[in-house]
Amino acid sequence: MFDAVTRNLAFLMGGFLVTLELTLFALLGGIVLGALVGLGRISRRPWIYYPVTLYVNFLRNIPLILVIFWFYFVMPIIAGRPLDPFTSAVISFIIFEATYFGEIFRAGYQSISRDLSAAAFSTGMTYAQTARFILVPIAFRRMLPSLITQSIVTFQDTSLAFVIGLQEFVRRASIVDNLEVRSIQLFGFVAVVFFIFCFIGSKISRHFEEKGRRTGLL
Amino acid sequence: MGFAYDFDWGVLWRQPYGLWLLQGLWLTIKIGFLAWIIAFFLGIFVGTLRVTPWRWLRFLSTAYTEVFRNVPFLVQLFFWYYAGPMIFGEDLGRQINRIMGLNYYAAIFALGLYTASRVAEHLRAGFASISRDQYQAVLSTGMTQYQMYRHVIVPYALRIIMPPLTTEFLTIFKNSSVAMTIGVAELTYMSYRIDAETFHGLEATTGAMAVYLALGMTVVHVMGMIEKKFKIPGMVGR
Repeated sequence: MFDAVTRNLAFLMGGFLVTLELTLFALLGGIVLGALVGLGRISRRPWIYYPVTLYVNFLRNIPLILVIFWFYFVMPIIAGRPLDPFTSAVISFIIFEATYFGEIFRAGYQSISRDLSAAAFSTGMTYAQTARFILVPIAFRRMLPSLITQSIVTFQDTSLAFVIGLQEFVRRASIVDNLEVRSIQLFGFVAVVFFIFCFIGSKISRHFEEKGRRTGLL
Repeated sequence: MGFAYDFDWGVLWRQPYGLWLLQGLWLTIKIGFLAWIIAFFLGIFVGTLRVTPWRWLRFLSTAYTEVFRNVPFLVQLFFWYYAGPMIFGEDLGRQINRIMGLNYYAAIFALGLYTASRVAEHLRAGFASISRDQYQAVLSTGMTQYQMYRHVIVPYALRIIMPPLTTEFLTIFKNSSVAMTIGVAELTYMSYRIDAETFHGLEATTGAMAVYLALGMTVVHVMGMIEKKFKIPGMVGR
């Protein structure tokens, strides 16, 4: 019944490890860059605001596959040597997902009212203390559900690195399928694995959302 | 800059490459529209089932949205294209595999089913934003449950969720690019094919980006006009 999956389990799960690795790098880079992009999107300096806004609006209108290809073609020119698919994929995911994380950060920053920071200052807190103990924790809790949801989307998106020949989970399943022609169980297996991770993730996101709503934070 | 690269933007209009991009665009538009028809009606159907009083229907429609939202679209596409025909058994499966342009139909089908789950989620949010009083008012006029959803609640909710549906409609054209992985010759596929023939993939993909951008802007413009027409008077606009 699941013979093709069990026979190639090590090979398949090795691919899943690549998927997880790619997700980890994409998330780390995407969230850090996204936090900066979010700052740029609320900046009052036009020479920061307009380029960042252009970058965000441009990439959000382009299919991710095309972005992956584009970086795959452009990186050798910039780096001066051919890049391996993994590095190329990581760079394209960071730059692409940062636009989506950036919009989440922008909404998070904008959700903090001036009264809140004014109240913190009036208690004698310094700017650093206000940011550290009041603004960042509140903004973070407000953004948490969206950050988790976008992380799940990023996790799913990494499957598209398939197109530049990266041997991640889906690519390996399709390699096995080419040899064994057991499409139902192989792609069914991949779907189930993705589903379990993403379903748990979406439940966690919903948990924080409801918690935020109960405490009047959202 | 050790790598000398000679830009050749001519691949964007030199024949046959320029024509390839246009053919790809046409296929992208066709897939997007046809998948949207499936997504729109199936999405309304599934989304409405999620709020009906029948527990089993609610469970089934919730399961539908959870499954389709929590599996990458690429995996869904592969499943329908490669495993789909096998579900019907050996003989029938082999006949299905002989259908001309099967990848094209599979892409439309998969994209439609995937986007339907997203439409259903938006619709559910739309239902939630309609107050309980409205439902009671409709029922008090003597309408049945079916009539209530068909004539009042669904049209009302659809007008409320026009902005997120516009975003979804934009996304469907972007997602149609995934169809290249099963060999559907849409826009992204064509830009890759130009690379295979000329080694000028950078110019080809840049050109394709511009085309997607133009397509997206056109959709936003058209949907803006439609949104204005269907906006509920007195509601806060965008």
